[in-house]
Amino acid sequence: MNSIMTHGLAAQAEVHQVVRDASGLISSTWLLIAFPLLGAAVLLLGGRRLDKTGHLIGTAASCLSFVMAVALFVAMLGESGDARAFNVPLWEWFNAAGYQVEVGLLLDQLSMAFVLLITGVGSLIHVYSIGYMEHDERRRRFFGYLNLFVAAMLLLVLASDYLILFIGWEGVGLASYLLIGFWQHKPSAAVAAKKAFVVNRVGDMGMVLAIASMIVVFGSSSFELVFAGAGDAPTSWLNALGLLLLLAACGKSAQFPLQSWLLDAMEGPTPVSALIHAATMVTAGVYLVVRSAAIYDLAPEARTAVVLVGTITLLMGAIIGCAKDDIKKALAGSTMSQIGYMMLAAGLGPAGYAFAIFHLITHGFFKANMFLGAGSVMHGMNDEVNMRRFGGLRAAMPVTFLTFALGYLAIIGIPPFAGYFSKDKIIEAAFADNILIGLCALIGAGITAFYMTRVMLMTFLTSKRWAEDVHPHESPRVMTWPLIGLAALSLVGGAALLYVGGGIVEWLEPVTGEEHHDLPLPVAALIAITLVVVVAGVAVAWLLYGRRPVPVEAPAGNPLTVAARRDLYGDAVNEAVLMRPGQYLTRSLVYVENRGVDGAVIGAAKAVGGLSARWRRWQTGFVRSYALTMLTGAGLVVVAMLLVRLP
Amino acid sequence: MNAPDLEYAALLPMIIVLGAAVVGVLVEAFVPRGPRHLVQVLLALVALAAAFVQVVRLGGTEIVGAVGSVAIDGPALFMQGTVLVLAFVSVMFFAERRIEGGADAFAPAASSLPGSEDERVLVRERVLQTEVYPLAMFSVGGMMLFPAANDLLMMFVALEILSLPLYLLCGMARRRRLLSQEAALKYFLLGAFASAFFLFGAAFVYGFSGSVRFSDIDAALGARIGQEGLLLAGVGLMAVGLLFKIGAVPFHAWTPDVYQGAPTQVTAFMAACTKLAAFGAMLRLFYVALGGVRTDWQPMLWAVAIVTMVVGIIVALTQTDVKRMLAYSSIAHAGFILTALVAVDQVAVSAILFYLATYGFTTLGAFAVVTLVRDAGGEATHLSKWAGLGKRSPLLAATFGLFLLALAGIPLTSGFVGKLAVFSAAFQGGAMPLVIVGVVTSAVAAFFYVRVIVLMFFSEPAAEGPSVAVPSMWTTFGIGVGVAATVLLGVMPGPLLDLAEQASVFIR
Repeated sequence: MNSIMTHGLAAQAEVHQVVRDASGLISSTWLLIAFPLLGAAVLLLGGRRLDKTGHLIGTAASCLSFVMAVALFVAMLGESGDARAFNVPLWEWFNAAGYQVEVGLLLDQLSMAFVLLITGVGSLIHVYSIGYMEHDERRRRFFGYLNLFVAAMLLLVLASDYLILFIGWEGVGLASYLLIGFWQHKPSAAVAAKKAFVVNRVGDMGMVLAIASMIVVFGSSSFELVFAGAGDAPTSWLNALGLLLLLAACGKSAQFPLQSWLLDAMEGPTPVSALIHAATMVTAGVYLVVRSAAIYDLAPEARTAVVLVGTITLLMGAIIGCAKDDIKKALAGSTMSQIGYMMLAAGLGPAGYAFAIFHLITHGFFKANMFLGAGSVMHGMNDEVNMRRFGGLRAAMPVTFLTFALGYLAIIGIPPFAGYFSKDKIIEAAFADNILIGLCALIGAGITAFYMTRVMLMTFLTSKRWAEDVHPHESPRVMTWPLIGLAALSLVGGAALLYVGGGIVEWLEPVTGEEHHDLPLPVAALIAITLVVVVAGVAVAWLLYGRRPVPVEAPAGNPLTVAARRDLYGDAVNEAVLMRPGQYLTRSLVYVENRGVDGAVIGAAKAVGGLSARWRRWQTGFVRSYALTMLTGAGLVVVAMLLVRLP
Repeated sequence: MNAPDLEYAALLPMIIVLGAAVVGVLVEAFVPRGPRHLVQVLLALVALAAAFVQVVRLGGTEIVGAVGSVAIDGPALFMQGTVLVLAFVSVMFFAERRIEGGADAFAPAASSLPGSEDERVLVRERVLQTEVYPLAMFSVGGMMLFPAANDLLMMFVALEILSLPLYLLCGMARRRRLLSQEAALKYFLLGAFASAFFLFGAAFVYGFSGSVRFSDIDAALGARIGQEGLLLAGVGLMAVGLLFKIGAVPFHAWTPDVYQGAPTQVTAFMAACTKLAAFGAMLRLFYVALGGVRTDWQPMLWAVAIVTMVVGIIVALTQTDVKRMLAYSSIAHAGFILTALVAVDQVAVSAILFYLATYGFTTLGAFAVVTLVRDAGGEATHLSKWAGLGKRSPLLAATFGLFLLALAGIPLTSGFVGKLAVFSAAFQGGAMPLVIVGVVTSAVAAFFYVRVIVLMFFSEPAAEGPSVAVPSMWTTFGIGVGVAATVLLGVMPGPLLDLAEQASVFIR
């Protein structure tokens, strides 16, 4: 017993650096959140008079936050490698019955990486939206929601207590709901928003139960006390916590079995899909798992579950991505799949945490790049999303094409583009852990190459299949510059993150720990095999879509295609497994309730109501009866004083 | 006999406020009618602000002054400061003139017969009656003295100083004057009755201890000199007087009638400030003077707390008038605060101080919102008229919704933190049954608060519904203060909680 505990504590000390109280610039970390929050408040409360300037205010708020983030980053670089974690206490929220919640921020290497991603990509997408939403009369509101999202997301990654994190978690959920349903006049958008909301509630139950369990086991929900106590907690509790947090992560990050909302969420405006449903919010689940490393490190079963969920989702998402003709849905399937990779890596423990975050960041670059590219295409094509109606857009939209192509090369993992470095690391780590998981990751890479090549071919190459009244044109500069920025990051982001100044692995090491497993085969061989698989995927896509003309009407397709078109029956499964039994359950419950519970509840309500109606009559309005009541009361009080006393 | 030595610095806040009240009476006599309203409002606001500054400067003072009859210590200063801030906002509500089209909420001349030709002439000439400001200032002076009173006589005097002007203020509504006058008369009669109980009880306790000074009473309790019946009956009777002021059941009967009949601005002032002052006095009396016999009075207060919570909440369920609903809600809140009071603990003192401050701001704001929803007959207080208000005036409905959520104790509002504080104090004091009753009644209470929100936002607007008056800066600013306090103290209660904790030690 004793030795196990010592071992556990030793492992803690190894991983967790000392968190210092912030001073100087870093104690102003809260400004990061304050800027966009203020922006949201101004935009949403400001009313019509801000309609003309609202988008500029929103963009400025986000950019200020980014400038602040860069300043903080520089300040952090000035510290030595293992002394870069800062506690920024703000105020005590409440302290009752031994449960204390401190509203505070934790700025360390992990949250810094997220802050830079959120504010950086977020600001680019704000700029892009100025052009994309130009003709929308509710543009001010749109920017208000975007700012709200940025603020909530920053709170999520900066919180130093699970309860505060949960506020950010719900905040991004709210912003996501509002933005998916932004075009609420479309019933499909309203339904999609509702679906995202409901599915996310399932995940949130996991979060709520996890926080409640923490309070029971550790007496606190602050990172500091939970992580410090994890070493002494029973493994069963840690596994339960790990699984509950995984459930939360599945909801937010659209992982199996809570993946179904993400594809529908594409009903939102495209910048939203890029920012929330590709680059940042949907990665919150990965953040949660990596942040909870101290729990997962000691919960092997929960970690296995994370790996399984990640692996299943990465294959599912990839297969769905192959069959979608809607460009945004194809990209959404790809997002699911790529987050599956991150989850897989996160489930590998210290061997994979850093790579999960690495891939998360590069994915943020290239996926936002491609989503914005898709938005640019839609902008030029009268909001057409069906790729069977695209084709040959290379000439009409050269900037969009080139930037999209860089994103494409990055995601399929061609060296030296960003995705090559990050995905390759995950495949290596997966192979080192388990051959079967490694093979799945490898196959996923092949499918990724296939469906992305398909998107590329159907959209930009091949013959023109445009609808008659469509005249594609390049988007305005305010939209292409963010594309160029993100494309540049897709090009050099991976190498830069891996190699500049020790790279991201060394940067994150104090937070996530590091562990190296030996590969069963030489690294160079694995890289070669991966590339071969990728090239094979590209080749198959070329054979199917490049050489042959793409029909405008989708062909019937084989059973797998049909299944993939229908999201691998995700909704059907939901219906069969959750909805129908749920309906039966509710029906039978309604029956029981009508017969039994209702009787009691309505009876109680009626009794209380009746009591209320009767007691109301005491209020006669006559002073004499009031005085009599008082006199009686006084008599009772005096009698009670004289007769009753506590021991 | 020499003139007594007075600690003027420590008494200065009360001297300023009562002095301003006296000057206000002179203003009534000598300042011409034109500028009089403005002069009175500014005089009151400046005096309240000045008194507040002096209270802040006194922070940390602990003296028993005025020949032992007044104690200036943490709880007294905290209460005085809070009363001053709440009264400041109340006076701003009093000054509102836009929603009545140039007139304020008070009858042009309280002495004119309702419905008479006199009254009509005065209304037509747009006469404003400004005696309300000196009256309110006298009352505030009494409210500041009440929690600082350190002997039984001073406590009684303070009780009367705060009550008498209030009785008058209640009878001065511009609209529905008969209802208002009836309320004032009821309040006066029952208040006099309650004061008599208090005085009677004070006489008994004096008979037991031979002194009116709290420290002497405490010492006499320690000596246990017999004649306990005299003491216990006295404590019970004094408790009746104070429980009447806080509106605890079964001494609550005046509350709904008076809250409904009084001008709403006065109701707001009364609900926020009187309750605060009365709880302050009750804390000092029961903790400083009668702490030694706590086992005797705790069971009685347990019972009162339970009955107050249960009756307040249950009767509130079927109320159809906004002001009456808020009145029953205030009764229930008195019950919640009593749960902490019976704990007899320093934590309880700080919890109660915090609760009173948060409740004061929320209830002030809620009543101020009520003044804005109007139809031809004045304020439209019947709940059915509020249906669909959220569609017509979303900002106002959202503001009222926020206050209701705070009264229900929903997290992220000040009401949640306050309830958490008093219930955990009661829990630590071993009053588990009270906490259970408190939590259950809170849950029931959420029903009727949320029902109003549902009514405002999810019902079809009434066909001939009320209109929402656009207030002047006075009311807008006051409601803004209420909203800001309700949200800020819900999200960031730390500083005020710390202050309440520092201020929670009584000087003996």
